[in-house]
Amino acid sequence: MNHARRRKLGFWMLFSAPMLWWITVLLVPYLIMLSISFYSRQFPFHVPDFQFGNYLILLEDSQYWTVLLRSVKVSVLVSLLAFGMGYPLAYFLAFKVQSERLRLFLYVATIVPLWVSYLLRAYTWKTILGSEGILNSFLMWIGILDEPSTLFLYNEFAMVVTMAYIFTPFMVMPIYASLEKIPRSLIEASKDLGSARFGTFWRITLPLTMPGVLAGFTFTFGLSVGDFVSPLLVGGPYSNMISNVIATQFGMAMNWPLGAALGVVMLFIVLGVITASDKLERAGRLNLG
Amino acid sequence: MADILKLDHVTKTFRGGVVAVDDISLDIREGEFLTMLGPSGCGKTTTLRMIGGFEYPDSGSIMLDGKDVTDAPPYHRPVNMMFQDFALFPHMSVAANIGYGLKIAGMPRAQIDERVKEMLGMIELPQMAERLPTQLSNGQRQRVALARALVRHPRILLLDEPMSALDAKLKEAMQVELKHIHARIGITFIMVTHDQTEAMIMSDRIIVMRSGRIEQIGSPTELYDRPASAYVADFLGTSNMVPVTVTRSGDHVVARAGQASFRIARHAGALADGAAMTMFIRPEKIRLGASDEGNTFSGDVREVFFSGNAVRIDLDIGAGQIVMVHHQLDTALGDAGLPAAGDTVTCSVKPETISLFDSAEAAAVAAGGGAA
Repeated sequence: MNHARRRKLGFWMLFSAPMLWWITVLLVPYLIMLSISFYSRQFPFHVPDFQFGNYLILLEDSQYWTVLLRSVKVSVLVSLLAFGMGYPLAYFLAFKVQSERLRLFLYVATIVPLWVSYLLRAYTWKTILGSEGILNSFLMWIGILDEPSTLFLYNEFAMVVTMAYIFTPFMVMPIYASLEKIPRSLIEASKDLGSARFGTFWRITLPLTMPGVLAGFTFTFGLSVGDFVSPLLVGGPYSNMISNVIATQFGMAMNWPLGAALGVVMLFIVLGVITASDKLERAGRLNLG
Repeated sequence: MADILKLDHVTKTFRGGVVAVDDISLDIREGEFLTMLGPSGCGKTTTLRMIGGFEYPDSGSIMLDGKDVTDAPPYHRPVNMMFQDFALFPHMSVAANIGYGLKIAGMPRAQIDERVKEMLGMIELPQMAERLPTQLSNGQRQRVALARALVRHPRILLLDEPMSALDAKLKEAMQVELKHIHARIGITFIMVTHDQTEAMIMSDRIIVMRSGRIEQIGSPTELYDRPASAYVADFLGTSNMVPVTVTRSGDHVVARAGQASFRIARHAGALADGAAMTMFIRPEKIRLGASDEGNTFSGDVREVFFSGNAVRIDLDIGAGQIVMVHHQLDTALGDAGLPAAGDTVTCSVKPETISLFDSAEAAAVAAGGGAA
């Protein structure tokens, strides 16, 4: 066997498994979803078809728009909140903690919740925000409230808080990685040239961590916009997100074509966000060599 | 010349109890090119960083132009640094990098452009204004870093191992250029290096440092010709280290090694008769041939290394003691040619070029406490 053929064989041996996986569990399902989105509904099930009725329903019926907008709004809020908490934390870890061991400990402590079941962590916020929850008990104990408030749980606020808590590590990790990569001499050079702390952060540190910030936003947004559990557990009856609606279409409503159309729309939203963030990242890509 | 910077009993201890700088006092003159020289860990970089404001002393004070700047942050001292890795901002163009300090200072845009253009001219990179640092060669990056550090007209320019990222050829060119720039702009330069040749070529004064302390301060020639310790003698240049027995006769000292004896012109400190010491002789101070004014001695040629413009001859002066002679071939070789192994040759060395140091000290230096 000649060299070129051997290389070719090696290539296929190495990549056939991942490619097979990719095709069977990603590409084919996407194609199935795409084709079902053109089917027409025929109670109690659906029949193969090629028509845009399902997409028209999405355009015409404002309740889908409302849910879609809410999903985007909640995800943006989650990302912003996660950024607000995650950037200072990452900065503290990368720049302020002197001891290598303490740094590792704090970093692991940030990530370790990811090893705990998602459901469990969402439930935790139920016990914190609920009418019998820790927050209410505390506020009553210090005398701010006379009786438990129901304002904390089962609304968009609870969803945003819960998801921000769960997804903040995904914001911290890329930002921490990009902060770590900044040579300390750049910070020193900026101060040397007359820029005080804030100016140095604004002109040097923040611009150089933009790739990490973008990655963090993409992660948290992508994870939030498709979230299904938080709305269910802490969102209450009026805070449905797009995933809940899709689930309903495939389940109780038995309207697969509409659910598939919603899925396709959501897929494109997420793809759009990823493409945009990739474009931004490329535009500002730098070699910190 | 007036003193521009004064370090007074400055000490810096790092976490874990490492004393990086140990009670250093130092006066730096306006306009001089001062180099802190020493092996890694001798405290030279920490001292430089304290002058720049990147580290703060545990005790002692730093006065700049008579003003106490001991605890002032870098952005409050009229001192700029050229970093070892150049530290150019990767997300800014060359022009933006150079203009950074002026922008911070609030200079109007047009004036900044003017100054940046001027600096680009000085570093001979007028076409590179819009390039990013990653698009430059190492040598070009260094020039940009230099321009950026000088654009604010600092009182002192700090240079942290400025040549370490350059290859040998570029290094030599930059040494000359940096010296020219220093002469032209008249700003005080303080450089840190572990390269003794670089230190000697560039500096007005050199501070040799060892374990956080100053070993000797002086001009390159002072340090080279009159080292205060075996450490300095070993760090700068090459020396023959010859174990000798010393005797005092009249107002001078005589050192004996093998069959040879050497009159020594100077020695600081007390000397016991018959003490065992180590004599340092620079190989190039030894002349081939006898001389009236010097110590004449002879030895058997062991090995000869001809390198075109010079020859190195290893002489056995008795008792297995090898002395290296570096002979510059400044005239055409006669018919006799070079000495060959086995020949006996006579040499001479002037008394004032010989230094005597404590043997234990010399042994410690020879064992690796010395030059990198």
